[in-house]
Amino acid sequence: MLHPVLAVLVAPLLPGVINRTKAYFAGRQGPPLLQAYCDLAKLFRKGATYSRTTTWIFRAGPIVNFACLLAALAVLPLGRVAAPLPFAGDWILLAYLLGLGRFCTVIAALDTGSSFEGMGASREVQFAAFAEPALLVGLAALARRAQELSLTPMYAGLSGAEWAQAMPMLAMVATGFFVLYLAENCRIPVDDPNTHLELTMIHEAMVLDHGSVDFGFVQWGAALKLWVLGALLVGLFPSAPADRPLANLAVGLGWMLALAVATGVAESSMARIRLLRVPQLLVGAGVLCALGLLLGFR
Amino acid sequence: MGNAIDILLVLLVLTDLVLLGSSRLRNAIRIVALQGLALGLLPLLAHGRGRLWPAILLGAGSAVLKGFVFPALLRRALRETRASREIEPFVGYIASLLLGVGALALSFGFGARLPLPWAAPSPWMVPAGLFSVWTGLFLIVARRKAITQVLGYVVMENGIFALGMVLVEAMPLLVELGVLLDIFVAVFVMGIIVFHINREFDHIDSDQLEALREGAP
Repeated sequence: MLHPVLAVLVAPLLPGVINRTKAYFAGRQGPPLLQAYCDLAKLFRKGATYSRTTTWIFRAGPIVNFACLLAALAVLPLGRVAAPLPFAGDWILLAYLLGLGRFCTVIAALDTGSSFEGMGASREVQFAAFAEPALLVGLAALARRAQELSLTPMYAGLSGAEWAQAMPMLAMVATGFFVLYLAENCRIPVDDPNTHLELTMIHEAMVLDHGSVDFGFVQWGAALKLWVLGALLVGLFPSAPADRPLANLAVGLGWMLALAVATGVAESSMARIRLLRVPQLLVGAGVLCALGLLLGFR
Repeated sequence: MGNAIDILLVLLVLTDLVLLGSSRLRNAIRIVALQGLALGLLPLLAHGRGRLWPAILLGAGSAVLKGFVFPALLRRALRETRASREIEPFVGYIASLLLGVGALALSFGFGARLPLPWAAPSPWMVPAGLFSVWTGLFLIVARRKAITQVLGYVVMENGIFALGMVLVEAMPLLVELGVLLDIFVAVFVMGIIVFHINREFDHIDSDQLEALREGAP
């Protein structure tokens, strides 16, 4: 149970770390590390205003998305820290929970009737059509490698010795997951979380009309999504011995923060690619995952 | 040793995939050069007992030709034709990548069933070689610019070279060196031809050569 609680509490720290890294590269001081917590506290105290065009779908969107990510944490291990409710086939449930969360965000955006939000929703869905197969193929590669159908034993089997033996395959899958991590979390080569021009936004465009508590859940959900996809990636990296859960948890948290710093570095050193090229990037990630799957069949 | 060979072969497959998805000709030349250099290491790692010198000769010859001489020739042709990227290939880049994955899966399936006279140094050697041959053929068929087609030819030879490493115990050095010489002459001549096509027609889109046949509009 420790991992989900830690994830919910610590996830808002990740955007803070990314922003601080970007600020460091830009020569600024940047917002405080705990800025996201202050934002959440502020948003949860505010009263909400709803447009008359919207229905209950608009109000349900952020909450369902947040609930989906909470449910995903129930099957998600962090490295060798076991998930609370592992069962055979839970990796498919994980992919579908992420899909359901996205679906609710998208219909909530369409419910506002705003053309900008419709545009963001259309882009989000288009890119998801490329990103989801890549995620499933990557997870299938890990399942094939471990001969297991549940995420917890799939990740528990990965040790330092495994890296020496199956380095090319794990490197392919890890690279593919890193691209997915950036794309799914609307990070720079795909989307710019700091942009203020509606025409270029993807995820931010979908949540323009959300305010107060709803927007709080949107922000918290985005942080949790960073955590969930990050856990899929950092679980591939070497960790502490299996019989020491606390040490494993600490190592996992360390990897997660290192990943946030790496994301900040990537965002500072890279420009957004053209929208037309994004599918190519995501297909590339899928190809890497497929290569990992094929390399597993030796 | 086995692990290093595996990494080289994965590098071969990855560079093939990058070639399938990239449109910049200069970049493609650089990638083929990298592929040639990586393959130059292969004979050193895969050679049989007591056959070190032929392996060094073969590897060095192949690396110098494919890593330095061919790229220089092709870059010269590229400079003279002032073409910088492939525009509107017959098969788009995403479709090429997806077809590439299909071909890769087939190569792995085929490589696992292919009976070999003796065990390959790495289980990925046959699939990676087959996939490179396929990529080369695909680049020749599905791209418009003559330079990309020459690159496809070199990539195909790289695949044959990797397949030949399976038979490194049996294949005489002279055969391999003869093949290298052939390819050198071929790329040399093709570099000159690309230049001449360009001078004659102001472009190197080889599909328009069809207009030369009799009775064409």
